[in-house]
Amino acid sequence: MWMAGYPPGNRDWSMSSNIRLIARLDIKGANLIKAVNLEGIRVIGDPNEHAKRYYAQGADELIYMDMVASLYGRNNLHDIVKATSDNIFIPITVGGGVRSVQDAEALLLAGADKVAVNTEATKNPGLITDIAQRFGAQCMVLSIEAKEVSPKKWCVYVDCGRENTGLDVLEWAKEGADRGAGEILLTSIDREGTRQGYDLELTRLVSDSVPVPVIASGGFGKPEDIRDAVKEGHADAVAVADALHYKRTTLPEIRQSVQTLGVSVRTVL
Amino acid sequence: MSAVTMIDYGIGNLLSVERAFRHLGADFKVAETAADIRMADKLVLPGVGAFSSCIGTLEAQGLCDAVKEAAEQEKPLLGICVGMQMLFDTSEEFGVHQGLGLLKGRVKAIPAVSAEGQSHKIPHIGWTSLILPEGRKNWEQSLLRDVPVNAEVYFVHSYTAYPVDSGDRLADAEYDGCLLSAMVNRGNVYGIQFHPEKSGTIGLKILDNFVKL
Repeated sequence: MWMAGYPPGNRDWSMSSNIRLIARLDIKGANLIKAVNLEGIRVIGDPNEHAKRYYAQGADELIYMDMVASLYGRNNLHDIVKATSDNIFIPITVGGGVRSVQDAEALLLAGADKVAVNTEATKNPGLITDIAQRFGAQCMVLSIEAKEVSPKKWCVYVDCGRENTGLDVLEWAKEGADRGAGEILLTSIDREGTRQGYDLELTRLVSDSVPVPVIASGGFGKPEDIRDAVKEGHADAVAVADALHYKRTTLPEIRQSVQTLGVSVRTVL
Repeated sequence: MSAVTMIDYGIGNLLSVERAFRHLGADFKVAETAADIRMADKLVLPGVGAFSSCIGTLEAQGLCDAVKEAAEQEKPLLGICVGMQMLFDTSEEFGVHQGLGLLKGRVKAIPAVSAEGQSHKIPHIGWTSLILPEGRKNWEQSLLRDVPVNAEVYFVHSYTAYPVDSGDRLADAEYDGCLLSAMVNRGNVYGIQFHPEKSGTIGLKILDNFVKL
């Protein structure tokens, strides 16, 4: 019988875990879009074309977010997800307008591996537990859109960053993890689309307070931002969006740069 | 090439496993009954969520015996994720539950602290290297044929198997110094803790090796 958990001998375990590099695709209708501070939407193109490119480039995961689904009470993502998941063999998280276990199931049947829930979870936190119990915690991603309302105080926004729920981000993240979320997608509304780097204080505050992995989203401008999100923000994963969509950089470039900066990422073979 | 039959017992999302096998050109079938399982040549046992609900559902549908029979008849049987965990004797997730007992060992929680005593994130989510367990020299003649040592694959799990017989360990992985059982194999029984259907080209290679058994 081998040792429970820990290896016996003298191996070098100093290598830290790989950080996940996630390509985030925000969707409106049938289009990939770019949002600045979750407003000011610009159409970029066909999400599937981009998704295929990111898979070929060695993305660790994809995130699809329907930016207006919860605003208009509809869900357009199924066809896009279906087309993508036929040829893409990495995890796909899909969110936007998930209001029920049935909504989550429909996205999973379309090919999503995880569902991200934001607005409805704030109205009905029991949904987090329901989805986690039905499909497993690994499937239930709590999406939190955070805005700094006063120094060092972040509130949870919903409906595409338009409405302040008044919930404190830190309290909400802890509650979400307690209720069964297996992962937290933490988007800084203040940094989204600004290229000014991830919100390190916000990320660290949340990541250090919950037992589940945290994905930092919003603000990527250069590889150093990822190093900072990991080393200072304690992020377990980072999302990159328009820098990839507009081809300012590529995933292999980012991967190589952050490795040089001392961040462990997987080696794409 | 014999058909690959996935056991659908109403748990979770089996679509991505199916897509991967179809992508590989496998003759792919789904088994929903004990009779379907008895007709199969080669079986895949998926599983997501809690161990107890997976094994409970499999049992409630009267499929456990058929799976054990298939294993005894030396049909290739591949458990994925909780499907791998179910191959073992017991799991300690939410109480102690009996598994299929095709492999000797227990399934336990990944330690909540790293080897250095630091708390770390559970579930273990991410791309982690496959390493050779102590005593194993290579992956020739196995499902990992042509997969390089240290190739990274996608894990998402909170529990890991502890095989009694170290010879059953085909590949290990480590998470912050915690040793994880990544793949196991004993005769015709195979288990994969990570998600080969979500591990890019490496994962597809492993599934292709199963298709070609």
